[in-house]
Amino acid sequence: MNQELVGREFPPTPPYLVGREKVREFARAVFADAPMHTDVEAARAAGFADVVAPPTFAMVIQDLTLQQLLGEPDSGIVLARTIHAEQRFAYTRPIVAGDELTGRLSVTGIRMMGGNAMITSAAEITDAEGAHVVTATSVLLVGAEEGAQ
Amino acid sequence: MPFAVGDVVAERTVHLTRESLVRYAGASGDFNPIHYRDDVAAAVGLPGVLAHGMLTMGIASSVVVAALEPGTEILDYGVRFTKPVVVDPAAGADLHVLATVGAVDDSSTRIDLKVTFDETTVLVKAQLRVAS
Repeated sequence: MNQELVGREFPPTPPYLVGREKVREFARAVFADAPMHTDVEAARAAGFADVVAPPTFAMVIQDLTLQQLLGEPDSGIVLARTIHAEQRFAYTRPIVAGDELTGRLSVTGIRMMGGNAMITSAAEITDAEGAHVVTATSVLLVGAEEGAQ
Repeated sequence: MPFAVGDVVAERTVHLTRESLVRYAGASGDFNPIHYRDDVAAAVGLPGVLAHGMLTMGIASSVVVAALEPGTEILDYGVRFTKPVVVDPAAGADLHVLATVGAVDDSSTRIDLKVTFDETTVLVKAQLRVAS
């Protein structure tokens, strides 16, 4: 594992426009049946501008940042040996339809355990005004290379 | 929110099928074939096609959010993925979610999630904190 990844910061991802139908599609996929996820009037009654994305929707933006990490030629991360070990979200506010979101990833830690590496990275997700929406933190477990000495 | 430690916030069993996995793949953009192809799952040594960890995490929060007052502020949510959820092509898989109040302080309530499949806990340290 390339220890020099720690501290590496990636450029912001292109703005992702959160569509109302995408929120509804995602809500259905995660069995999110609170009306504010699909019904605009229910969302407005709860104080939001439009339908509210379920809490784990932030992963869609975070995934764009993780693709940057996996695409680094020197990352040493092989997808076939990688397991999602841990996931956290810290919210300033929920994501709602109409948001234009950008993710900015930094690698915050690498811990070696035997031949395996635990890589922690944090994606800070901000809106069109640059205000913080949510920070999504992942721990990826990259297994030892087969046949490694 | 008038929660006390130990209160059950919500409990639900969600039946997953292969269709659920394909639907989540499309909605999330995670098209890792171990979530829909038996041959690929077998080739990498898995016991079968697995549900996405993020689908399990997403279902658990859906069960909680549906039970909260609309507009309740979620502060943070985290899980560790420990055991896979194997989704049989014919029988599917039943995921059981139990959400209880784990801690209450002046500013927040911590909701602890016990998520099981076949009597096995699949998420650990699954906690969602809401503003009080």
